[in-house]
Amino acid sequence: MRKLPVTLLFIFIGSSFALHAQKDFQKKYQSQMILAEDGSVIELPEGTFTLTNTLSLEGKKKITIRGKGMDKTILSFKGQTDGAEGIRVSDGTDILLEGFTVQDAKGDAIKTMHVTGITFKNVKTEWTGVPGPQNGGYGLYPVQCIGVTIDHCVAIGASDAGIYVGQSQDIVVKNSKAYHNVAGIEIENSLRAKVYDNEAYENTGGVLVFDLPDLIQKKGGDVKVYNNHIHDNNFENFAPKGNIVAKVPTGTGILILATKGVEVYNNKILNNQTLGTGIISYYTMQKPIKDKLYDPIPSAISIHDNLYERTATPSISNDPIGMIVGKKYGADMPHILFDGIKNSKLLDSTGNWLPGHCISIINNKNQSIVNMDVEHMFKDMARADDLFKCNK
Amino acid sequence: MLRIVVIGIVCLLIAGAFIKIPVKTYPEKLSAWGIFEGKMSALKPTMGVVPYALNTPLYTDYAEKLRFIRLPKGASVNYNANTVLDFPAGTLLVKTFYYSADFRKPRIDKDIVETRLLINEPEGWKAITYVWNQDQTDAVLEIAGDDKQVSFIDQQGVKQQVRYVIPNQNQCKGCHNRNDQLMPIGPSAGQLNGNYSYETGIENQLSFWKSHQMIKAMPALSNIPRTAVWNDPSTGSLNVRARAYLASNCAHCHKKEGPAQTSGLFLTEDEKDATAYGINKPPVAAGKGSGGRMVDIKPGDANASILWYRMHIQDPGERMPELGRNLEHKEGVALIKEWIDSMK
Repeated sequence: MRKLPVTLLFIFIGSSFALHAQKDFQKKYQSQMILAEDGSVIELPEGTFTLTNTLSLEGKKKITIRGKGMDKTILSFKGQTDGAEGIRVSDGTDILLEGFTVQDAKGDAIKTMHVTGITFKNVKTEWTGVPGPQNGGYGLYPVQCIGVTIDHCVAIGASDAGIYVGQSQDIVVKNSKAYHNVAGIEIENSLRAKVYDNEAYENTGGVLVFDLPDLIQKKGGDVKVYNNHIHDNNFENFAPKGNIVAKVPTGTGILILATKGVEVYNNKILNNQTLGTGIISYYTMQKPIKDKLYDPIPSAISIHDNLYERTATPSISNDPIGMIVGKKYGADMPHILFDGIKNSKLLDSTGNWLPGHCISIINNKNQSIVNMDVEHMFKDMARADDLFKCNK
Repeated sequence: MLRIVVIGIVCLLIAGAFIKIPVKTYPEKLSAWGIFEGKMSALKPTMGVVPYALNTPLYTDYAEKLRFIRLPKGASVNYNANTVLDFPAGTLLVKTFYYSADFRKPRIDKDIVETRLLINEPEGWKAITYVWNQDQTDAVLEIAGDDKQVSFIDQQGVKQQVRYVIPNQNQCKGCHNRNDQLMPIGPSAGQLNGNYSYETGIENQLSFWKSHQMIKAMPALSNIPRTAVWNDPSTGSLNVRARAYLASNCAHCHKKEGPAQTSGLFLTEDEKDATAYGINKPPVAAGKGSGGRMVDIKPGDANASILWYRMHIQDPGERMPELGRNLEHKEGVALIKEWIDSMK
């Protein structure tokens, strides 16, 4: 009888010891991030560590935060009680995040804002368990940054976008994987982005290039998407309603929304069962536009030398695009969908594009295109496989 | 077995030892600043330390706040009508967060949690915080943040408990931020344009500052804007009070120069663009914070509005403000609900 209470006491001490140790981890590394001299390296140890609050780095130059490796240093925010993201970096210059995983953040996993020179290398962001709307919005989330590099990273389970670059400039996303997100990789209102050698699979949509209204950085553009493997993006859309990605059709390979100046080439775009590539205006999203400086219509798009394949089944999406186009074409869905809306200011008197604004779709393997004529409620929807050749 | 227990306790003590990394510039203890005299917990200011209050302050988990300003000798504040006043270098702003045991008997028996200082250094504003000790005899500099369980009896006589969160130094700038520079939020002319009960009697704060040479270039009181008191209908219409509340509680981030500029939602009082302050505005990067709702403010329907939802919800990934709120501000949220529901 004497033994039992002593054992219980021991268990109690053991568990409170663990809790204390975790709180100390938070304090220790948060203190280091606050006190770090410019140019220093903050080393995170190997192991799984539980954090309850955001770790933040603010106003620093040339700082490296380095773990022991993507699968060796794991920061778990499963029990997060404070802060809206796992890691936050703001107002910095030349920041390198390397070799760790951020798990189960309550909001976004890693948000970096107003950083000039932000690099994510061998970093994973994930929400464990079955993907659902309870997961945080963004995995790797640089916003309003200049000089963004995302290299050898992995993003899993985001209820918005796994790799999301917003309102930024001079961007490289390469050698990375994104799966089980609503959007695998998204470039939004961003200038000069190169997205290459990535694998985006089993998302709702593989790669999105969007320009949205009402934002500070109004226009994206000069975006190149090449040498990527974008396949099997048929994961049922689980984004919370109200978000723009909630409107992305399940089964989307690449979707270009309103952006001007996008080149898509040398990609393998396979088994995305609603659309291989879509080119659409913001009107087709059926949301009101009040931003007078916003141009909702895409132009200057070039889609060439990609490989398209899909299994011969009907469209798997329940939204209007998937249903209406899907109903017409059945198992023989064309790979490339264009909503048919052109900016009349960019057309000459015969209805052809003025130089520099053309939408060109050529030399793709298994190229098939439908012009959906969304403007007239799909009235003149028709195949247009060879009608997107530009003169120069 | 006893030996294991002893080892366990020793480990616990080691692990529990406070991790302290000294900050060179600022004193370890609040008492060293000479802000208070006599018994520290009485929060009685020394000469030259002047108390002030704001018409519509920021809500922080029902914490009560006591604010002071100390200007350098001979220096004064430059008046400006619209933003936070221009404080001279060397200004010290002091804000102490405490909970009265019973809100119906304020300050009789109180638990002082932290005292935050904003210091206007030559190179710009700095923010630090001091956490009060158990005995309430002094407070210690804390840069990495902490939390503390507090309980109190609210105005309705109901016992409340909250895990009060002391922000880390970076989180200070999460709110105190204008174009990435750390800045005070509260003390604008409009917010200070109200009465305060000084030891010498009740007086308009700006008049008091003027008669004590604390402010210069100040126009006549009748020409100075006055921020409405959010819960006093005699100070402004429902619309004016709701906008004042949103300005105080949201606009430090949700302004064009603030950290939430990425959202395109701007809740400053002077924002005229209805979409920018949320009317029928779809979210940009709200994630699950949309709560399945389509727009920030749906006129006539608070329940269908993201703005109301995020002020009301508890989840840290969804709630607004991001910091300083574990308990819903029921009265404030009710004001916003009434405002949205009344829109046509």
